[in-house]
Amino acid sequence: MTALLTILVLVFILVAIWQMVKIFDLAQAKVENSQIATDNDNRINGYLMISFLAFIYIITIVSFVKWGDLPLLSNSASEHGPQIDNLMIISLTIIFIVQTVTQFLLHYFAFKYKGEKGRKALFFADNNKLETIWTIIPVIVLAGLIIYGLSTWINIMGVDESDDPLVVELYAQQFNWKARYAGEDNTLGKANVRLIDFDRANILGLDEADPNAQDDVITTELHLPVGKPVLFKMRSQDVLHSAYMPHFRAQMNCVPGMITQFGFTPTVTTAEMRLTPEMTDKVVNINNIRVEKSKELIANGEPALDRYEFDYLLLCNKICGKSHYNMQMKIIVETQEEYNAWMKEQKVFKNSLIN
Amino acid sequence: MSAHEDTHAHEDHGHHHKETFVTKYIFSQDHKMIARQYLITGTIMGVIGVFMSMMFRIQLAWPEKPNVLFEAFLGKWAPNGVMDADIYLALVTIHGTIMVFFVLTAGLSGTFSNLLIPLQIGARDMASGFLNMVSYWLFFLSSVIMVISLFVQAGPAAAGWTVYPPLSALPMAQGGSGMGMTLWLVSMAIFIASSLLGSLNYIVTVINLRTKGMSMTRLPLTIWAFFVTAIIGVISFPVLLSAALLLIMDRSFGTSFFLSDIFIQGEVLHYQGGSPVLFEHLFWFLGHPEVYIVLLPALGITSEVIATNSRKPIFGYRAMVASILAIAFLSTIVWGHHMFVSGMNPFLGSVFTFTTLLIAIPSAVKAFNYITTLWKGNLQMNPAMLFSIGLVSTFITGGLTGIILGDSALDINVHDTYFVVAHFHLVMGISALYGMFAGIYHWFPRMFGRMLNKNLGYIHFWVTAICAYGVFFPMHFIGMAGLPRRYYTNSNFPLFDDLANVNVIITLFALVGGVFQLVFLWNFFSSMFYGKKAEQNPWRSNTLEWTAPVEHIHGNWPGEIPHVYRWSYDYSKPGHDEDFVPQNIPLKEGEEELQH
Ligand code: HEM
Ligand SMILES: [Cu+2]
Ligand SMILES: [Cu+2]
Repeated sequence: MTALLTILVLVFILVAIWQMVKIFDLAQAKVENSQIATDNDNRINGYLMISFLAFIYIITIVSFVKWGDLPLLSNSASEHGPQIDNLMIISLTIIFIVQTVTQFLLHYFAFKYKGEKGRKALFFADNNKLETIWTIIPVIVLAGLIIYGLSTWINIMGVDESDDPLVVELYAQQFNWKARYAGEDNTLGKANVRLIDFDRANILGLDEADPNAQDDVITTELHLPVGKPVLFKMRSQDVLHSAYMPHFRAQMNCVPGMITQFGFTPTVTTAEMRLTPEMTDKVVNINNIRVEKSKELIANGEPALDRYEFDYLLLCNKICGKSHYNMQMKIIVETQEEYNAWMKEQKVFKNSLIN
Repeated sequence: MSAHEDTHAHEDHGHHHKETFVTKYIFSQDHKMIARQYLITGTIMGVIGVFMSMMFRIQLAWPEKPNVLFEAFLGKWAPNGVMDADIYLALVTIHGTIMVFFVLTAGLSGTFSNLLIPLQIGARDMASGFLNMVSYWLFFLSSVIMVISLFVQAGPAAAGWTVYPPLSALPMAQGGSGMGMTLWLVSMAIFIASSLLGSLNYIVTVINLRTKGMSMTRLPLTIWAFFVTAIIGVISFPVLLSAALLLIMDRSFGTSFFLSDIFIQGEVLHYQGGSPVLFEHLFWFLGHPEVYIVLLPALGITSEVIATNSRKPIFGYRAMVASILAIAFLSTIVWGHHMFVSGMNPFLGSVFTFTTLLIAIPSAVKAFNYITTLWKGNLQMNPAMLFSIGLVSTFITGGLTGIILGDSALDINVHDTYFVVAHFHLVMGISALYGMFAGIYHWFPRMFGRMLNKNLGYIHFWVTAICAYGVFFPMHFIGMAGLPRRYYTNSNFPLFDDLANVNVIITLFALVGGVFQLVFLWNFFSSMFYGKKAEQNPWRSNTLEWTAPVEHIHGNWPGEIPHVYRWSYDYSKPGHDEDFVPQNIPLKEGEEELQH
């Protein structure tokens, strides 16, 4: 309904504008019926150019102030997170400066040199010095960014087997996630979707004969001990999915027929994250929004929304079909003791099979 | 300007033959008519594409709310007027496909390469008028098939415009991957054939049919851009064709190029040994060059429009040509930046980061050169000029965020989020659209012999400019907050509840911007018939197309084809009374041609 109203209003505005243009045209008709810009047009559009520059600056400032408190720029919860965040802040700063300056020059020149009858432009076709300068400057800046970026990338993607990471499989299917822990031996059992056997509750297609598979643990929540490196092995049973864990600055596609990997070390437990001032503010804000929305829902006789409490999430970030928008798994980062206690309650693979 | 009026005798040059309605308006082989056919077909597809984006924007702002528009247009896909999740993905997919290929590849290149290549290089027509006609009709056929695919029983293709398998290969994975995807693939295969015929024709024409004196270094930058675009197209489109054919084989003939080890809906499929990553490589080997196929013609048009309306030579002609060539070359070796987190070897990722960030250099040179061209100009703020300045602005804003996305380390966290949507819409979508509008406003007099209404043009530009930033600028921020793209609604993640109002703002801008395109359509179609009659060279421009008579004739020039004595950018050259010197005016005694 709102949308329809908006559209109606728009149509009326359009009609009004059309009328205005007609009047404008008629008023000008006697002077000249030229469809080529006159000095007057040049002046008006010159001023509009400067106003547009102001608009770009304002929308930039408003966006940063209102929506700039991004989980991406602070609050990372993994060891490599701050490296990405630093690189992001440096890149954003460079972009911000270049954007501000070049947009200024562009719009200011458009305003300053707006055409006038009788004036002649400067015949200025080439200047090697200038062009060398603005080839060299980007080269230097980019060289810096490339070096910094690549060292960060190699650092993140390189898996160091020597610090004995906890091996966990992330298993994707339309439209949910499973996690498989490698168990006591920290080695995942062999698996293939061809071995899936629902009758025996072998839902991930583990090789029942593989000794490494016996102690594997399959769960629907991802628990991680804080401070311990984790190496994720990604698998998909049907289409492409992507395991996206924005708080940990982590993402890797899940590809059927292939095992992909990504490793990181979580540094902040869920409980600690909930207590950070940024997060408490954010949660309060979100709950206020939810309360408002609930009022509307209750008025329509629908159930109210639950209170929101912060949790880390694993989202699917590669289009995978109808319910792509709702393919998520909760991630809980906890102390080693809590993790051990939780793990103890889980059934190992060999005991979860139905005979 | 009468000083430079073409003085050729207006005699028949023997190129005329009797034309029937069919050969003149339908199966025409005249490049000017074919250009108009491309433009009008592209415009119709554009209306469909933009309308789709307005519908899914409404869903994103007011998720799962009934809407009369949905009820009216989506039928069974909107039970009780609520948009279905499947059709959301289909709308996004077809929107992307139509905008990228049908509007900004065929609509843009098809229109302006066809119109301008013969006219600006001084040729009577394209090298092969027949192939040119076949190219248009293949494009028309592929458009019709794409539109028909919207009406199939199980829904149109919905796997994203990138159609990654297995999603696109398996009808049980998604309704749209049945008949809808078959038609999508057939339509694209025909589209590619059309594009190849067109491109080959453009290349041959530029190489062989330049008039006397039109050396490569005297070519207007428009022609350079169209020429290089055609070359990129010939190199990369066949790879997409092969990807499409292999996908058709996997879908219909049981091969396993892209599929392996799949368990879906309770059964194991027979596929073994293929890899979806292979498809990604093939797709992006076209996909990335494609963004330059879309963008370079727009930049070429902008070069011409900015120089003419600044009454100044384009700054750094040689650097502009060099950067077009550099961009074209680099564009074929950066495709992997779409695949940093695809499971590809991280070392390859490093290589692609390196090549990708290199592209920023020629792009920066182009942006600086445009800005310098404005400096100390005498700017004529015609609507085409406004759109060209707008293009430079969005090209910078959108291009800069490429530095983030091209950096593999940073891409980990913004890959496939709304940050990407913001980036590519600004740098490719909006920029190229502005280029297309600039071209239409500038060459409308040449195409239709009449002028567009400038006041409507001003309104069109300013509202579009504000809305474009209003829509796409905030998207960077919801993307950086971690919001994935291609989500039917965000309300299943309370985490993103504080972004809901941003989505409403974006949608309002999108609706206003979309509706205001009607101003353009009105202007376009009414001026075609009732616009003020155009003079021969309304913008006082140097290029050859303005020496041909306003009325279209077969063969372009009634007498001899004009010869060329100088480059096309002698604006405000000292020693001349007028502030422009067309290319067909011989050098004065003692006048030096610029050493470029
Ligand atoms: C009226 C202006 C436009 C609006 C409001 C708009 C809006 C959008 C939005 C919001 C999406 C992302 C939806 C999602 O990921 O869930 C999208 C996707 C897309 N748009 Fe646009 N768009 C517009 C014009 C254009 C133009 C001019 C192009 C030309 C390049 C374009 C090309 C694309 C492509 C390629 C996609 C990706 C489709 C996919 O994810 O498969 N759009 N558009
Ligand atoms: Cu998924
Ligand atoms: Cu790319």
